[in-house]
Amino acid sequence: MKISERVERVPPSGIRRFFELTEELDDVISLGVGEPDFTAPWSAREAAIDSLERGRTSYTANRGMAALREAIAERSRERYDLDYDPDEEVLVTAGASEAIDVAFRAFVDPGDRVAIAQPSYVSYVPGVTFAGGEPVPIPTGEADDFELTAEALREHGAADAEALVFCYPNNPTGATMSKQDLEPIAAFAREHDLTVLADEIYADLTYEGDHTSIATLPGMRERTVVFNGFSKAYAMTGLRLGYALAPPEAITAMNRVHQYSMLSAPTTAQHAAIDALDNCDDAVVEMRSQYDRRRRFVLSRFDEMGIDCFTAKGAFYVFPESPWEDAEAFAEALLDAEGVAVVPGDVFGAGGEGHLRVSYATGMNELREAMDRIERFLD
Amino acid sequence: MDIRAELLSLLRENARYTTVDLARMLGTDESEVTEQIEALEAEGVLKGYQAVVDWRRTDEEPVRALVECNVTLDRETGYDDIAARLVGFPEIQSLRLVSGEYDFSLTVEADSMGEVSRFVSEKVAPVPEITQTVTHYLMESYKERGFEFGDGHDDDRLSVSP
Repeated sequence: MKISERVERVPPSGIRRFFELTEELDDVISLGVGEPDFTAPWSAREAAIDSLERGRTSYTANRGMAALREAIAERSRERYDLDYDPDEEVLVTAGASEAIDVAFRAFVDPGDRVAIAQPSYVSYVPGVTFAGGEPVPIPTGEADDFELTAEALREHGAADAEALVFCYPNNPTGATMSKQDLEPIAAFAREHDLTVLADEIYADLTYEGDHTSIATLPGMRERTVVFNGFSKAYAMTGLRLGYALAPPEAITAMNRVHQYSMLSAPTTAQHAAIDALDNCDDAVVEMRSQYDRRRRFVLSRFDEMGIDCFTAKGAFYVFPESPWEDAEAFAEALLDAEGVAVVPGDVFGAGGEGHLRVSYATGMNELREAMDRIERFLD
Repeated sequence: MDIRAELLSLLRENARYTTVDLARMLGTDESEVTEQIEALEAEGVLKGYQAVVDWRRTDEEPVRALVECNVTLDRETGYDDIAARLVGFPEIQSLRLVSGEYDFSLTVEADSMGEVSRFVSEKVAPVPEITQTVTHYLMESYKERGFEFGDGHDDDRLSVSP
């Protein structure tokens, strides 16, 4: 069977290989998981159950249930003072991942260059490639606190790109960007007429300062697509529900792709999401508070071990420097010797080399045990 | 949240956290944690530290009962006086004044149903102000102090995920 050249060009996920390794071993503590160890708030789960009991198992509108789009628009208004029309400027998708994929297919023509701030979520580069575009990695580094800079954009050829993708708070570094730091990026995007694809899935998991959406900066709303969802903050990963906020023409284009592929996001999950927005913010606050304690714990342990680790301020990852030059070899040896799974940073692209992604979305007892094992491995 | 509130929240979550780990999680130093815990103990805010036990997983499951008590009061005797007579019995694990159809709610623990029955009939019911007791034997415990019992759920998350 012929496989398309575009698909052949994309290698299997480096994370996936680690996943297979961990599956073969017993007594593994995984600090590789990119999802909450909490369960979705009961109220949201009840709403999902209730929707099933009432037989709400049909498709919804392609763009998502009107009540959910209204609730999402209301949340954006409350939190960022950003007004989006629920009928024309909100698209509900099967996870933020689908929203991002749909955006690539809606905005990228074959050969289009798409700048991607890295290290980054592993799906951006393949997503651009599948859409026929050319990913242009824009490395960020520890010297700049893993923040994207206008200099890096210029230096690495983003000026002639069609679009720019970034994610703050960032997976895998945990870096965040303040309004002040985003301003030069916005200026660059305006100057070079870039469409900005801002993945803000970790926005609610910001521990120091407030999250700023780049769409709030002058002249940015009209060129930005904001992605968000319920997976991370509401611990609803398996329900697969995300959304995009953008001007009408962008949402119309994205919906054209979405309606021919996904048709509509899962109905049960949409009912859960409405309840999550209505009733579950206390649960988000509680989960964030627990992540924050774990973040401080992990940073403190690495510090005591003498491992240099950038102070992550968001998401649920830290990104320490690998104690060995070869981070992949270190991760494999650690897994083999102590049964602790961490992910080598280079799978997240440029700027990730020599680092490890360590997720603290796991219970304190396991986290403490894992850190003890890492310390023992280093001794 | 101030450090005392956060400390209480963490100790309620797991009273076995070491002071070193508490300091790490709170972003403070160990001496501050020790000082705060000592202060909270001295003020009587922290009354003690107990394990939450799923007795079904042991060979010595005690018998527990919830006992509802109705009382009558007079000019000389108030709720606190009745509570003072009951609170010292070691069989009584918790004693609460509640609103509703009865006045006191007791949790009684003993080695057998017979012992629980004898305790209620010989020690609790004879208190002059107590007019009625209703004993409910505890048949199964699904959740205690925030901890769910049972086999739990396997963590079926991807070991490593995006």
